[in-house]
Amino acid sequence: MSANAKPYGLIAEFENTSSVLHAAESVKDAGFRKWDVFTPFPIHGMDKAMGIKNSKVGWFSFLGGAIGYASGMLMIWWMNAVDYQIMIGGKPMFSPHGAFPPSYELTILFGAFGAIGGMMFLNRLPKLHHPLLKHKRFALATHDKFFVVIETADPKYSESETRKLLEAAGSKRIEMVEE
Amino acid sequence: MSDAATEIKVPVVPAELERVPLVQNNRSFGWISDRVSAITEGKAPKWWWWSFIPSVCLLGLLGAMLFYQITTGVGVWGNHHPTMWGWDIINFVWWIGIGHAGTLISAILFLMRQRWRTAVNRAAEAMTIFAVMCAGIYPGVHVGRVWFDWWLFPIPTYQGLWPQFRSPLMWDVFAVSTYFTVSVLFWYVGLIPDLATMRDRAKTKIKQFVYGFFALGWTGSNRHWSNYEKAYLILAGLSTPLVLSVHSIVSLDFAVSQLPGWHTTIFPPYFVAGAVFSGFGMVLTLLIPLRSMCHLEDIITMRHIDVMCKVTLATGCIVSYAYVMEFIIAWYSGSAMEKFHFMNRALGPMWWGWVMMMGCNMIVPQLFWFKKVRSNLVIVFIMSIFINIGMWFERFVIVVVGLYREFLPSNWGYFKPTWVDICTYLGTFGLFFTCFLLFMRFLPMIAISEVKGVTPEADPHHPSAGGHGNGGKH
Repeated sequence: MSANAKPYGLIAEFENTSSVLHAAESVKDAGFRKWDVFTPFPIHGMDKAMGIKNSKVGWFSFLGGAIGYASGMLMIWWMNAVDYQIMIGGKPMFSPHGAFPPSYELTILFGAFGAIGGMMFLNRLPKLHHPLLKHKRFALATHDKFFVVIETADPKYSESETRKLLEAAGSKRIEMVEE
Repeated sequence: MSDAATEIKVPVVPAELERVPLVQNNRSFGWISDRVSAITEGKAPKWWWWSFIPSVCLLGLLGAMLFYQITTGVGVWGNHHPTMWGWDIINFVWWIGIGHAGTLISAILFLMRQRWRTAVNRAAEAMTIFAVMCAGIYPGVHVGRVWFDWWLFPIPTYQGLWPQFRSPLMWDVFAVSTYFTVSVLFWYVGLIPDLATMRDRAKTKIKQFVYGFFALGWTGSNRHWSNYEKAYLILAGLSTPLVLSVHSIVSLDFAVSQLPGWHTTIFPPYFVAGAVFSGFGMVLTLLIPLRSMCHLEDIITMRHIDVMCKVTLATGCIVSYAYVMEFIIAWYSGSAMEKFHFMNRALGPMWWGWVMMMGCNMIVPQLFWFKKVRSNLVIVFIMSIFINIGMWFERFVIVVVGLYREFLPSNWGYFKPTWVDICTYLGTFGLFFTCFLLFMRFLPMIAISEVKGVTPEADPHHPSAGGHGNGGKH
């Protein structure tokens, strides 16, 4: 522990899904804002316990899909009916039916880009550094332990009160993480 | 309201309705990470090298065959008038069909809340990607002049000419390339949390850097999980119409033509069912040996094998229905050419192709009606090989038998593959198995975080998780 290290927050370890879920409920009820729960897999009901609203990823995907479909249709119309016309078997130069299959595929392709891009943007990933990743015990967050972290930057944060709250929630191991 | 009404009583499930748990022997979260990661840690087992070295040799054979074909010409294959499509297109459709089970397991079963999929989806998705890679080689080299492959894509050329989008072959380019891209993305998104697990377990600097790089700084934050789960759900929702469209569009390569035996509206659903059928055949072929080699019996349980056999049986029945219905359509159409084609299919000089197809795809899967068969791994494994063979012959019947005796008898011919055809096909197995063996050696073969999520302790209301309720049953 270096002398000039800035504290990042309190990390509390939990043994099972039930206790971390109840801990999350009590942290939310205490009115904290800059806090999070870290789990090896998504826990059913945790979003509600933390008060997280429905994810906005769907909008990104919808936008991507709409762009994909429109660009497919426009591309095919412009290439085959405007820029370089070739008569094939007496078929119309452009028909929405013939242009549908590639446009449909582009809808899915761009919709998928939107979903993944939206998820990365909302989660601010990729991230090169996170203070928690330096913490020794935290490696277990991808293994079999559950953590609640309350940041010192939270307006409600106070070293002793917050520690008491996490102890009352049932954590046996509470430590300070540095920036 | 009285006090009695506030207490909700959950009825106890009778013993005969209790399902077999998805992860056996009450394994803990830690056990799942350790067991799955162990495959990638430590020295490679002997059997891995015994499989890897021949695979790399076959991959070399593929390279040599492609070099010979590209430098000499398409004439080195058996494709000659009138069968201008031969093993190249058969193998293209065969490989891409195999790919379909991966997306079906990962996307459609996810939307249907089939929680057993978590044990097999990662390996099946990897299988999809490698099968599509094998498939993609064929149309690329079958055009003859591979250096003009880029004409397939809407890239401006010096002639100012654009691709011709009224052709189903162009639709196929978009379908297959989208399928490959979205399958890779779906697979990668599923891998992110597990790559973080690998990063946190890694002992060497290189491993920490590489796994850490691809894990994108994943921490397991619930705010991240919330967006992640939504993105995963949307990807599953997008992949479902995608997987159904890809083989439909592949079938349109045939159905849009005027040829008897090809020009039929039953093709899209029949091709999709056949693709899923062959894909599950290949999943069984791969996973039955792997589960015992890698000691994954508690994760890929007999229940998993059982349900996969049932899916194979169901799709096998759909395919059988299509085989019979094609004859009825030909008879009912009143077209002499259609009738002749189907008589020729069953009784012509290539009758053996049809017999192989019917035997392997229609009769063999019927054994899956019996529980005894479904629980005997040796029999299931042998049957899965028969299904792979049968589905290859289905494409043989469609492509070659569809072409060698068309309208004019003066135009008839016969088809014989050359040694280059055979060696190229063997070579694609080299590519497939080399990729698959590298995948299982360096990446978690089972979706670690997803399997943890389907254990009873993962449910916060289950007694084993410290909860008080009766808990969720799967």
